[in-house]
Amino acid sequence: MSLLEVQGVGKSFGAIRALSDVSFSIEPGEVAGLMGDNGAGKSTMVKLISGNFPPSEGEIRVDGKACHFHKPLDARDEGIEVVYQDLALADNLTAAQNVFLGRELKKGIWPFRILDKQAMIDRSAELFGELKSETRPRDLVKKMSGGQRQAVAIARTRLSNAKLVLMDEPTAAISVRQVAEVLDLIRRMKARGVAVILISHRMPDVFAVCDRIVVLRRGTKVADKPTDQTSPEEITGLITGAIRAA
Amino acid sequence: MQPNQVQSSQEGHASIADIVGIVEQSAFQKLRTSQAFWVSVALFVLVVFMTMLEPSFGTAENATNITRNFAPIAIMGLGMTVVLITGGIDLSVGSVMGLVAIVAGVLLTAHYSWYVAFIAGLLAGIACGAFNGFFVAYIGMPSFVVTLGMLSVARSLAVVLSGNQMLYQFGPDAPIVKAIGQAKWPIHSPDGWVPNWIPQFSSHFWVMVVMALALGWVFIFTAWARHLFAIGGNETAARMTGVPVDKIKFQAYVFSSFCASIASLLLLGYSGSAINAVGTGYELRVIAGTVIGGASLMGGYGTAFGAVIGSAFLEVVRNALLMAGIDSNWQGAFVGIFIILAVLLGMGTSGRSLKSFFIIKRG
Repeated sequence: MSLLEVQGVGKSFGAIRALSDVSFSIEPGEVAGLMGDNGAGKSTMVKLISGNFPPSEGEIRVDGKACHFHKPLDARDEGIEVVYQDLALADNLTAAQNVFLGRELKKGIWPFRILDKQAMIDRSAELFGELKSETRPRDLVKKMSGGQRQAVAIARTRLSNAKLVLMDEPTAAISVRQVAEVLDLIRRMKARGVAVILISHRMPDVFAVCDRIVVLRRGTKVADKPTDQTSPEEITGLITGAIRAA
Repeated sequence: MQPNQVQSSQEGHASIADIVGIVEQSAFQKLRTSQAFWVSVALFVLVVFMTMLEPSFGTAENATNITRNFAPIAIMGLGMTVVLITGGIDLSVGSVMGLVAIVAGVLLTAHYSWYVAFIAGLLAGIACGAFNGFFVAYIGMPSFVVTLGMLSVARSLAVVLSGNQMLYQFGPDAPIVKAIGQAKWPIHSPDGWVPNWIPQFSSHFWVMVVMALALGWVFIFTAWARHLFAIGGNETAARMTGVPVDKIKFQAYVFSSFCASIASLLLLGYSGSAINAVGTGYELRVIAGTVIGGASLMGGYGTAFGAVIGSAFLEVVRNALLMAGIDSNWQGAFVGIFIILAVLLGMGTSGRSLKSFFIIKRG
């Protein structure tokens, strides 16, 4: 049974057809690349899976169970987490504070129910350790590199034991060295049985970590191939429309 | 031999400086990047300087006066800090003071008991805060616009309710009201334990201390405060991680008005009268005090201690200027300049700023 099944999903915004009849599935621990040009429907797909809005038609199944997400929290309850492009971190807080934002650990009895800071710091350190990131729990996010920020955002998904993590352009705005760091983070998630959907424009990154590549063009799926059976040239052709479908 | 010796002593000097630099960074890093700390240093220097220069400055009486004068500003500063942390601003605090004073004053004049009057005043203030909070948090209007509107509305209501009269015939509970506003501790008495050099701190000061400690505790230990800071740092992120952003922003404005109400009731008791003009222009002093103390107008930063120390700093400067014989009408100019300076120095930073006055950059 697949972890995520997208079946005949379509989405319209008024007269605009953003997606039509897209189907694919993701297995546990699989890393899938979702590629396509601007306006191909990648962002819409991500928002459907992460529960920002429901599809106009079709069905999204998680562990074989049909889901109707209306808000991101619904998707999160099913173990689906998103790491956003702008990372959604609060710069003025520390790494540990960001990891636990909105689900702080507490101790004591009301009205003296206070934050369990040490426990949160320890658990964050553990998560960063699992990700083999050098991020320190007490450091301010403001002072971190792009790679460390990714680690914080990913640690947040690990905290909830997400089964599927969607990563929206995680390597778009960071240095070459940090890209390598982020790709390592993705491999470590895979090693822990977490499925990842990587949305990216960067061909080398997708080919470096993905088991499978799904290509969208103008709202429809034009390819769904194992990475080792395709080439960057073919994917480029599929994205631009030089190759109709594969 | 001689030049060699000079060189080696120079080397020794450089390495000591480096070591000191490193030690400082690890041990006092947090302190050094705290604007409130540097304002405290500046305040201390100013107080020592004034005490040496002007004998009447360093007296217990003057300390009593200064602490009583800035306490209401600092109390409102605590509320303002909470609002500033969320990235908002509350311009209505001065007018809310006016309305609260008049609501309580009208009831006292009508011979209601003091607690009825105080509770009604508090409720009126909280209602103003709820109005601000509703339109900012749930409707999504800019806080500047909403609270500017409330600045006008609350002041106007105060004038209307008071019939543009000063209220001072407070009925049977007048002594209790005055006792609350004029209480002091510790009291100097011939047979008491208190030496005369200890100031007789006003009730205003003690209320401020208790509220500042309470808010400081909340800031350090509660998830509510953590969320408050997260909203100021990245509101979208806070929302996406499930922080109840709207609710917390609403509460911030209510708290700000609550603080203004407390300050107003203390001043009402101190003067034994209610005038609708009370608190006029205080919003600027409050904002100046909190910003000097390290709160950021951009949101995400601020401390309870900073609100208190910033207000104290402003008041000591004002007091010093008065003692130096400078016309009190200059006060507004100084407050304005201090706001601009504090924001300029804290611009784009977490508020390490004033320290650049004290630390000379090496190399």
